[in-house]
Amino acid sequence: MPYTDATLRLLGPDGTLVKDDRNEKYFDAIAHLSEADYREFYRVMSVVRRFDVEAGNLQRQGQMALWVPSVGQEGAQVGSAFATRGQDHIFPAYREHAAAYVKGLDLIDIIRMLRGLTNGGWDPKKTNNFHLYTLVIGSHTLHATGYAMGIGYDGACSTGNNDTDEAVLVYFGDGATSQGDTNEAMIFAQSFQTPQVFFLQNNHWAISVPVRVQSRTPLFERAAGFGMPSIQIDGNDVLMSYAATRLSMDAARSGQGPHFIEALTYRIGAHTTSDDPSKYQDDDELAFWQAHDPIDRFRTYLHGLGVEEQFFKDVATEAEDYAADIRARILALEDPPMKDIFAHVFTEDHPVITQERQWLENYTASFDEGA
Amino acid sequence: MAKAINEGLRSAMLADDHVMVMGEDIGQLGGVFRVTEGLQENFGPSRVVDTPLAESGIVGTAIGLAMRGYRPVCEIQFDGFVYPAFDQIVTQLAKMTARHEGTQAFPIVIRIPYGGHIGAVEHHQESPEAYFAHTAGLRVVSPATPHDAYWLIQEAIACDDPVIYLEPKSRYWHKGPVDDALAGASMGQARIAREGSDVTLVGHGAMVTVMHQAAEIAQSEGVSIEAIDLRSLSPIDYDTILASVQKTGHLVVAQEAPENASVGSEIAATLTEKAFYVMEAPVLRVSGFNTPFPPSKLENLYLPDADRILDAVDRSLAY
Repeated sequence: MPYTDATLRLLGPDGTLVKDDRNEKYFDAIAHLSEADYREFYRVMSVVRRFDVEAGNLQRQGQMALWVPSVGQEGAQVGSAFATRGQDHIFPAYREHAAAYVKGLDLIDIIRMLRGLTNGGWDPKKTNNFHLYTLVIGSHTLHATGYAMGIGYDGACSTGNNDTDEAVLVYFGDGATSQGDTNEAMIFAQSFQTPQVFFLQNNHWAISVPVRVQSRTPLFERAAGFGMPSIQIDGNDVLMSYAATRLSMDAARSGQGPHFIEALTYRIGAHTTSDDPSKYQDDDELAFWQAHDPIDRFRTYLHGLGVEEQFFKDVATEAEDYAADIRARILALEDPPMKDIFAHVFTEDHPVITQERQWLENYTASFDEGA
Repeated sequence: MAKAINEGLRSAMLADDHVMVMGEDIGQLGGVFRVTEGLQENFGPSRVVDTPLAESGIVGTAIGLAMRGYRPVCEIQFDGFVYPAFDQIVTQLAKMTARHEGTQAFPIVIRIPYGGHIGAVEHHQESPEAYFAHTAGLRVVSPATPHDAYWLIQEAIACDDPVIYLEPKSRYWHKGPVDDALAGASMGQARIAREGSDVTLVGHGAMVTVMHQAAEIAQSEGVSIEAIDLRSLSPIDYDTILASVQKTGHLVVAQEAPENASVGSEIAATLTEKAFYVMEAPVLRVSGFNTPFPPSKLENLYLPDADRILDAVDRSLAY
């Protein structure tokens, strides 16, 4: 079975709360959430799922070079992202669309990158510290650790004030755990006792290679080798994801060093629009995880709380509207200007860049009528 | 020169609280070449950071520190040890400003002791400059004198772009004057190391010393060599080189690095484009061989010396 005896959850696969002697403190960590918060979790998961499907369709219609779906991982992302505080920094991999939405990123910016309009897409200073996507697996874990070292050097953590102490949340996948950079990031984090949480979304697949090829050990157990507190959670339980991240981030920001969370989830569908999961994914495994869908589970829970049917209808309508809006906006996107090739390679004057830009301007102008 | 870099680092750290140095063994030990000696004592362990032994980790975390507003100066212990960090330098650091569309600067300096002449073991005498000069988004400099070492390190730290700062390790123990003021060339500019009129000789780092030796010998034989210390390998200061060949019509490029796809090759190609009609001979390159750096007992055959340079000078003049 994909889950293990160590897997922590608050909400069982049947959509009812599971209380046991291991998860009491996690229930405490969600005690301050209201039904309005729960509705918001559900709304975001649903809107981003619908967005994601629309983006995949748009790619199939030639509107993007590539799409990277996040379907199935919304619970892990929405819970963890909501658990961060305003002063925190989030370093995503490249599949964290739901976390991006939570932090206020306009998701068209992700599309701009995958459409080939920019290699970046946004300014993290204007997206509530949600940093750029990184396509080279695991590289960004070191950037996150370096940033967290800086928080420590600035004295911006460990004062005991959760409302001002800063921390870093870094997302990565099961494939990234094989990368040297990810391991170096954990080593540096421990050496310098950084205020950060390593949030592993174990979606069971690195393109076509299953997680068992990456590791013979449950991945959260690796953290113990670094001396880092770690837990394994049901990543399709949005409440557990919230609780685990909340407690781990607050522990990290308060001076207790880096923490590690392995969220067990599943990539429902392809790695990107460039692959064909039917060639390698097992039907039974897929069926298992489809039956453990994070949105379905949470809908059942909300039904149990007595949330009225109209709410779900309104969310579905909003999701359709969001998708339609994205479709309209992508079709209106303009190609970037020629100068973008040369802009920002350097911050200061560079003779080669200046010369090449002028050359290209002259060259293209030579085709103008009358030239 | 090591002392000059140390003083340059100290000045930069005094001038700006966000300047920090990080690397392996740079704290208490002061670095394997003692370039950072005494800095941790003065500035503390959070500004002079002994890191775990992981080069990718050093550069990768420096990128995060730069995002936080720091100006990290990373020490890579030896030239041949930079490759574990190559991905973070080339794939990440060099592209970061562009990926952020100019909203975030990455003022990171990566210091690398490089080059031969010290009889060291494998991986400790290489000249990797072409890899970095080839990479858009990086500036690459190398001082040849203590004065330049002192000022260039400070200019590199003050620069908002990533700078690869290559230290010719065989010159660490070389003494020379350091002016209190930034005099002469600034970062990005070459320097006329010796004026002459018959042949232009271009090189960088430790090779500048060899060029001086060659010029002395040539002088005794009645040939006047103009020696240019490149100082900057990316961008290359072509104005200075072109002005010199206008005068001499002959150009020899000397470098320790293997010749194939080297900085010297780039200079030769560019001179062919820009100075074809003033050249009286092809640009000749004198380089290390296209082999791994040999066992050090053979390095004197591998590294260009004054005689090999003069052989090329003779061939150029014979055209």
